[in-house]
Amino acid sequence: MTETPANDPSEGAKLVCRNLWKLFGPRARETLTALGAEATAGRLSAAGLVPAVRDVNLQVREGEIFVIMGLSGSGKSTLVRLMSRLVEPTAGEVLFHGRDLLSASEAEMIEIRRHKMGMVFQHFALLPHLSVLDNVAFPLDVQGVARAEREDRARKMIALVGLAGRENALPRQLSGGQQQRVGIARSLAVEPELWFLDEPFSALDPLIRREMQDEFIRLQSVLKKTIVFITHDFDEAIRLADRIAIMKDGAIVQQGTPEDIVLNPATDYVREFTRAVPRAKVVKVETAMRPAKGEPPAGIVPARTTVAEAAPMFLDGALALRVTGAQGETLGHLYRDDVVALMLGG
Amino acid sequence: MATRPRITRRFPVWTGWVVALVLFWALWSYGEGLLPWAFDYPKSMRIPAARWISAFTKWLLNEASFGLFTFAEFTRFIAAVLDVPYRFVLSLLSSGFLKGEGSQAVQILPPLSWVAVIGSGALLGRYAGGVRLAALVAGCLIFVLVFGQWQSAMVTLASILVAVPLGVAGGLLLGILAFRHPWFERAIRPVLDLMQTIPVFAYLVPILILFGFGPTAAVVATLIYAMPPMTRITELALRRVPSELTDLGRMVGCTRRQMLWRVMVPASKDPLMVGVNQVIMLSLNMVIIASMIGAGGLGFDVLAALRRLDFGAGLEAGLAIVALAVALDRLSQAFARLRPEPAPVGGIVARHPYLLSGLALILVAGLAGLALPALQRWPAAYELSTGTFWSRVVEWINVNFFDTIEAVKNAVLLNLLVPFKRFLGGLPWAGVVALLAYGGWRLGGWRLGLLVAALAGLIAATGQWEKAAITVYLCGISTVFAMLIGLPVGILSAERDAIWAPVRVIIDTLQTLPSFVYLMPAVMLFRVGDFTAMIAVVAYALVPAVRYTVLGLKSVDPRLVEAGRAMGCTQGQILWRIKLRLALPEILLGLNQTVMFALSMLVITALVGTRDLGQEVYIALTKADPGRGLVAGLAVAFIAIITDRLISASARAARARLGLEAA
Repeated sequence: MTETPANDPSEGAKLVCRNLWKLFGPRARETLTALGAEATAGRLSAAGLVPAVRDVNLQVREGEIFVIMGLSGSGKSTLVRLMSRLVEPTAGEVLFHGRDLLSASEAEMIEIRRHKMGMVFQHFALLPHLSVLDNVAFPLDVQGVARAEREDRARKMIALVGLAGRENALPRQLSGGQQQRVGIARSLAVEPELWFLDEPFSALDPLIRREMQDEFIRLQSVLKKTIVFITHDFDEAIRLADRIAIMKDGAIVQQGTPEDIVLNPATDYVREFTRAVPRAKVVKVETAMRPAKGEPPAGIVPARTTVAEAAPMFLDGALALRVTGAQGETLGHLYRDDVVALMLGG
Repeated sequence: MATRPRITRRFPVWTGWVVALVLFWALWSYGEGLLPWAFDYPKSMRIPAARWISAFTKWLLNEASFGLFTFAEFTRFIAAVLDVPYRFVLSLLSSGFLKGEGSQAVQILPPLSWVAVIGSGALLGRYAGGVRLAALVAGCLIFVLVFGQWQSAMVTLASILVAVPLGVAGGLLLGILAFRHPWFERAIRPVLDLMQTIPVFAYLVPILILFGFGPTAAVVATLIYAMPPMTRITELALRRVPSELTDLGRMVGCTRRQMLWRVMVPASKDPLMVGVNQVIMLSLNMVIIASMIGAGGLGFDVLAALRRLDFGAGLEAGLAIVALAVALDRLSQAFARLRPEPAPVGGIVARHPYLLSGLALILVAGLAGLALPALQRWPAAYELSTGTFWSRVVEWINVNFFDTIEAVKNAVLLNLLVPFKRFLGGLPWAGVVALLAYGGWRLGGWRLGLLVAALAGLIAATGQWEKAAITVYLCGISTVFAMLIGLPVGILSAERDAIWAPVRVIIDTLQTLPSFVYLMPAVMLFRVGDFTAMIAVVAYALVPAVRYTVLGLKSVDPRLVEAGRAMGCTQGQILWRIKLRLALPEILLGLNQTVMFALSMLVITALVGTRDLGQEVYIALTKADPGRGLVAGLAVAFIAIITDRLISASARAARARLGLEAA
């Protein structure tokens, strides 16, 4: 274990990326070192290199859903593969629990991946010749876990994702949504500390996608994993994320909570995404409330609720709601006029 | 990749060709007196490659040593190792388990009875493809049985049952090595190219010398012949495993071995099964040819019948080969399509119904055979033979149509074959080499030109030019005829599904037939000679001509056809101006394959008395002269490689012109 300085802001973070680069092409490392701070996209492509990930810095905190959002070709899939070292970075550091993964040997990486990490793939990556049960038990089988134990654990995972009874089915007999449930169960079978989901719902129909997102939220409320979630769908990012990083051309253009990003887009590029997002669905009650003043209103709303969720409580004619914190203490008041303004404002 | 040459802007593209052809013509017409060496390769400059190879083989056989053991001992050891499974399977299917040697041998256990073999075949069919396949397999085997070919067929089947697993395993391992190590892939690729183009007869000789005469040598030859496609398919299939699956393997922490055997190989099951089917069909084809070095079985029967011109017997053995080929092909294809089913739960009987009923069948049939010999061995009295019937038919045809057939044959020979043969034979080798080099350069850049010229030059330098000219003439004419028939049939089939359905069944069946079989009817009607060879080659090479034409026409973008129709094109205009133009690259590939098929068949037609390189190889085989055989075989391979590279280059150019692929 490398020591982390006491005042390091990354303390408490499960996974940290520092100055992470990935360039495809010949002599990538030398060229990057030579260019140093002047390694712009233009100069790199002039040197015959394709910059997939450029100077990424981020931290994934314990128990949060960290969404990396970007369009195709923005480098998000490469980034998640750098984090698990499926792809070797050109430069930078990846710290897992403060330990630099890039200095780990191949055998150590196999151990880390076997026990600490899980991954869900866009096209499910189910082994076509194995049953649902064997697919879910596969990671345990690879580790050499005895049959009775691994099947027992696999059955629990299959039940967790709601596929109990389909253990003996083969992947081709399942719908897309069901196949991805198998993929999720499989990635959870080793009880990973860090859970990577690479566009898990992108290959699914819109209705199924919505259903799977709900399922995912339900699972996370039970499991409380640390999650890195990749998506190209901004609405999905807003819906699921604790924090979002938006990528463009291999670099992160903005990081923050969904609310931050929708209310204060850093660039025009980000603003394009946020334009169609109804504010009320993102803005939390605690942001829209005003300081408590006068008679406390009858209705109560928790501070972490979105405005859109709180809005129906005004239907009975109430003019204000009392906003409460985690211990039930009053944080402020939410007024009907503010809610109406926010909702009509789009 | 090859760079396309820069085209001089001042002259149109064809001027170069005109100049080259005029120069060539001048050399041909007036050069004979001035430059005799350009027509007849000087004997003093000949490369004595045949002698070198013979000397090398002799050295291998007599002196080469790995220290502890000699090379000859090594090959004999391999033969002995292969002999063990072969003896076992042969005993099981044909001879029974014997004790003692020679005529004193006592049978301790009889071979599987015909009831058991047919029953097991039907069970396999039922398992892999349902009742219809079971009926087909049983029908094919019963055909073999009642026509009295059972013993020979079981000998052939024994060779295949030994060769196929070894060929599949060997090809798989080589393919995996090639996938894992780029250097190995680079090293093995030219070898594979050569193995697939060199005629099989050519390496029968060295195998004969190194492994001795007999079934095991035939198995070795079969392995060498059948392994390259499996190697290629394995390597390709592993490369095409989706990256997500390999990512998954790494994420769950697979070791290298687990990744290969638990993830990649199972995930490429479908293409690998196509490879297995290929190995089976190629083995069958080869086992027949290998009867020349002692494989015995059906191939030997056909060969013997051909030699004594007994058409009836030859045809029956040939049809038995066809029946075996159809059964094996359909079975392996059904296994390739077989999807894993959820495992049934229950006791051992419920989980392995087919295995257990097969074993029960073998046991019961064996016991019944002891009581009732007719169940063990089909009684000769019930064997049918159409041999005399076919001989009579041929006789009848010859009596009644001899003049017509002879007239047609002579007309084609005198007006087409002989003049063309003379024309090619009279061309100066130096001019041809230069012209080929120019063509190669124009089509694919200087590398291609150099390669083509070097290969053609080597043919001349080893003293094979005249024989090669005959090969080219027969192959060329056969290809032209095959394309003349194949193109219209392909076009009609692509236009009308009603025609395509029966045509497809026919060419699928033709493709499963071992090349030997094509000789029989041709010899029956036209006896020996170039014309017969041509008919057999055309029949064999027709399949790719039709198949690729249909493929090309059917894969034309339907939107372009629609656009043509919207512009008011007639059916004919759509065909000529849109479909055929766009299908050109595929049709060229079809031409390429037709030439390759024609060449491989041509070597076999040496049996009916051609005078080309094939004959040279065949003579070398009968004289056990490895140098002569290999050099002639390599010359055939060179012709194949030259044609393949030139046609592929023009197909690439056509694709680039059509914007289907970057230049």
